Amino acid sequence: MNGSSGMILPLVLYFVLIMGIALWGNRAAAKKSDTKGFMEEYFLGSRSMGGFVLAMAIITTYTSASSFVGGPGVAYKVGLGWILLSMIQVPTAFLTLGVLGKRFALIARRTGAVTLTDFIRARYSCDAVVVLSSLAILVFFMASMLAQFIGGARLFEAVTGYPYRTGLVIFGLTVVIYTTVGGFRAVVLTDTIQGVMMLIASVAILFAVVSAGGGVENIMNTLRAADPKLLTPGGAGDAIPKPYILSFWVLVGIGILGLPQTTQKCMGYRDSRSMHNAMIIGTFVVGFTMLAMHLVGAMGRAVIPDIKVGDLAVPTLTVRLLSPFWAGVFIAGPLAAIMSTVDSMLIMCSAAIVKDLYFHYIAKNDEKKLSPKKVRGMSLIITAVIGLFVFAAAMDPPSLLVWINLFAFGGLEAVFFCPTLFGLYWRRANSTGAVLSMLAGAAAFFWFNITKTSIAGTTAIVPTIVISAAAFVTGSLIGRPESEERLRIFDMRA
Amino acid sequence: MVSKKFVRATRRETLIVIGLYVLFFAWWYIAAYGFGDDPSKYRYIFGFPEWFFYSCIAGYIGISFLLWVCVRLFFSDLPLDDEEEEDKK
Repeated sequence: MNGSSGMILPLVLYFVLIMGIALWGNRAAAKKSDTKGFMEEYFLGSRSMGGFVLAMAIITTYTSASSFVGGPGVAYKVGLGWILLSMIQVPTAFLTLGVLGKRFALIARRTGAVTLTDFIRARYSCDAVVVLSSLAILVFFMASMLAQFIGGARLFEAVTGYPYRTGLVIFGLTVVIYTTVGGFRAVVLTDTIQGVMMLIASVAILFAVVSAGGGVENIMNTLRAADPKLLTPGGAGDAIPKPYILSFWVLVGIGILGLPQTTQKCMGYRDSRSMHNAMIIGTFVVGFTMLAMHLVGAMGRAVIPDIKVGDLAVPTLTVRLLSPFWAGVFIAGPLAAIMSTVDSMLIMCSAAIVKDLYFHYIAKNDEKKLSPKKVRGMSLIITAVIGLFVFAAAMDPPSLLVWINLFAFGGLEAVFFCPTLFGLYWRRANSTGAVLSMLAGAAAFFWFNITKTSIAGTTAIVPTIVISAAAFVTGSLIGRPESEERLRIFDMRA
Repeated sequence: MVSKKFVRATRRETLIVIGLYVLFFAWWYIAAYGFGDDPSKYRYIFGFPEWFFYSCIAGYIGISFLLWVCVRLFFSDLPLDDEEEEDKK
């Protein structure tokens, strides 16, 4: 198929809008005249997120290419059972916000924490834990960003017909530039718009599929005639056994409490009311997007039954069912999902280097050694360098990074789940436990994945979380308790 | 130190959230696997198989509504800065 200018127009307008927001965000950062103030602004938007923005920031960071392309592609192959699986993600927003809750926000304010690593440093005060968490963030985030870039460029290629690299240049550079220029404020504001874009896109394509298939009833009849198993929770070819689907309650259910890109947002909201609203809005929006997009995949099979590769299901449906203009609007949806995931990771990688490592270890927390002007220059440069590095890697993807990405999601959970939660809720938690749990968690996760060992049919994340929790408890009981003085900040006894 | 009010309120809120999560899981599981897995015996609601309608559509709408009710009724508007808290004493 040839590239169509009608399809590019909505995209270009959209990108221009996003750039405008980045410049506006940059003005807010420019007003800060002290080093810490600047870092709090650039890396956390000065804790000013309201409910709607907070909800969208959490959801859009969490939903990525897989929610728009990969997941619906599997639903196309195995049917309604995969939608059942995707709905496990409905509680994502309210679970994260609710469990970390106001305690996390309060402690982050008290300790001046801007990143998850700041929180971990304040709680455990241990260099090994801090370095491990910074490294985990850098490695896993870079691999994830790369995968998002690749996914986005392939999708762009499939829908518009322009070459892979053209797509990569257009949206890859857009995201790197607006994140660098605008900082966290631009990240969350663009996330909000991207979230709205995702909603519009999913409604548009769902509507197109249902009407092309002649209504839900007709579609279900067609699917039943093709393969009755498409209508069962177990899926076509019994692809979704129970232990497997139940593992997802750990991987995308409680496990998300360990994802730094989500938990960091729980430090950045303005007040209690923002959090309340974000829980409600977030749950509604994430459920709606998941349901709509996966329905598109599953029902799409009744409309165009002969797509061989699952990942091509959504792009093919888009191109065949929507007019070029609407196809352009639609493609903005998944690209928005991708960009909003990348921007958060990019800003957090930059924060890991500038704030968690450089400012703390080399400038020794001394604001005089790191003037606001210098920190501004450094933050901008590091954000740009990391972004461009990943962008360059996506031009010709190195297999190692692609491979790491397969483990990024679960790997982050394996590393951060226990130190975050136990640190917040268990007084006895200490640095010995944290180090042990991070190492054991990561090692176990890689081992289970590489050897493809499965316990009772579950995926690797289930035994991993158990092992890292066991390591955490053992380490904490063996090691010395943290000093009373430090624990006072975290004390939550009534 | 944190005020007792803050500690009690946040504990209650966390428990409510965990409760809702467990409830959503139970509903999801029972509705999905409680109707049997023989497609020829399925009944349909709005065109969707019964299990799918209850677990994925009704479950999602139900939990969103329940969450809204719980947040409005049981969540309190607590200050998140220590200074503000002291000002109010």
